[in-house]
Amino acid sequence: MSLIKQTGGFVPRDRGWQPEALTPPYKTSVKRSPQAALLSFPTTLSEETSPLFGHDLIGELDNDLILNHAQPGQSAIGPRIIVHGRVVDEMGRGVPGALLEFWQANAGGRYRHKKESYQAALDPNFGGCGRTITAEDGSYEMRTIQPGPYPWPNGMNDWRPAHIHFSVFGHGFAQRLITQMYFEGDPHIKLCPIVGVLKSQEAVDALTAPLDMHRTVPMDSRAFKFDIVLRGRRQTCFENRPEGL
Amino acid sequence: MVQKRDYLRESPSQTAGPYVHIGCTPNFTGIDAYGGDLGQVMKTGPVQGQEIIVKGAVYDGTGTPLRDAMIEIWQPDAAGLFASANETRGDADPNFTGWGRSSGDMDTGEFVFDTVKPGAVPFPDGRMQAPHITVWIVARGINIGLHTRIYFADEAEANASDPILTRIEHQNRIPTLLATEISAGVYRFDIHLQGPQETIFFDM
Repeated sequence: MSLIKQTGGFVPRDRGWQPEALTPPYKTSVKRSPQAALLSFPTTLSEETSPLFGHDLIGELDNDLILNHAQPGQSAIGPRIIVHGRVVDEMGRGVPGALLEFWQANAGGRYRHKKESYQAALDPNFGGCGRTITAEDGSYEMRTIQPGPYPWPNGMNDWRPAHIHFSVFGHGFAQRLITQMYFEGDPHIKLCPIVGVLKSQEAVDALTAPLDMHRTVPMDSRAFKFDIVLRGRRQTCFENRPEGL
Repeated sequence: MVQKRDYLRESPSQTAGPYVHIGCTPNFTGIDAYGGDLGQVMKTGPVQGQEIIVKGAVYDGTGTPLRDAMIEIWQPDAAGLFASANETRGDADPNFTGWGRSSGDMDTGEFVFDTVKPGAVPFPDGRMQAPHITVWIVARGINIGLHTRIYFADEAEANASDPILTRIEHQNRIPTLLATEISAGVYRFDIHLQGPQETIFFDM
């Protein structure tokens, strides 16, 4: 057996940085938060492997929410934006082949879902979901309309800032992550109990996408940049070896 | 002053919210997309090993089943090999993806996975782990995805020497990780987010 392995286990998740399970101002967390301590162990093959998603999975319009639910010749209503960035690990290495799935409300703040009751109108040309797979350098790009803020039942008058949900698959199930992207300058960010589960301004900033004029398409679409960081793997020649070796 | 480490911080998690199904299983919500939802079929042809069904539900602290959760499972094939780019020990069953995703039933919240009994996988030190399935749960009110494992009550011998199960301080909580066979080939695995039956959740 070679003593040299390219990769070891995943770096532990920083639980001091990630949100707690119990965050009472976000009321739904109260009865949905485990109370016992988590069971911590170094990762094993079960967490260091992950399903395969090939680029052939992705259809031509899958990352274009302006068109992927629109009638021919029509498009979704709202401010046209491009969201782009890179998926990297904690060591800054690009993560190629990562599956990203997105979902969001329409420009009026309305989701296309039968349990959704907000009175803002549905847009018949907007479904609200998309997906893509990162390139060799971990980069990705999607096009959509900027979602609207919307009220939600929590406090008497709570509104979500405009946001896009991201689900991310990296190379190990240990990296599995769901998060939300916010927009630079949105005054609702400071008020939102869900943003409020984040423990520091630095964490809020990590989920707030800046306007990126360099990637804006003149006379067409503005752009926002949103990078995603997944857990990294140790790299060492000195991995754990079966006992006795 | 010392040199800088220059590591990045993992992106903070945020709840999947009430509409995770729009993004991850859009067809389940009535949005016609992609020609079908990912993770609904784990078998793409005849598979090796024992075919099993695993079903259950996720309960909140009041005992109410969640009807807006998404549950994913990840497991090796019957020989203990993963259908993953990171699998270096051999080729997994070509007809088994190892990955399943369930939205749960819209009314009851029950999830059902049509899968195979997983083979054993080694621990980093070389000892064998008992057969298990990795589970990941997200939903409205869950700030960071919850990770647990399904072990099998009928694998008592393997469970008794499992490197993780044997290290759990409160051994009386181990049954929360055990799927039990309720009829031939059908296993039940309920997940309790809180309360006296609270499932053991992992930080791995």
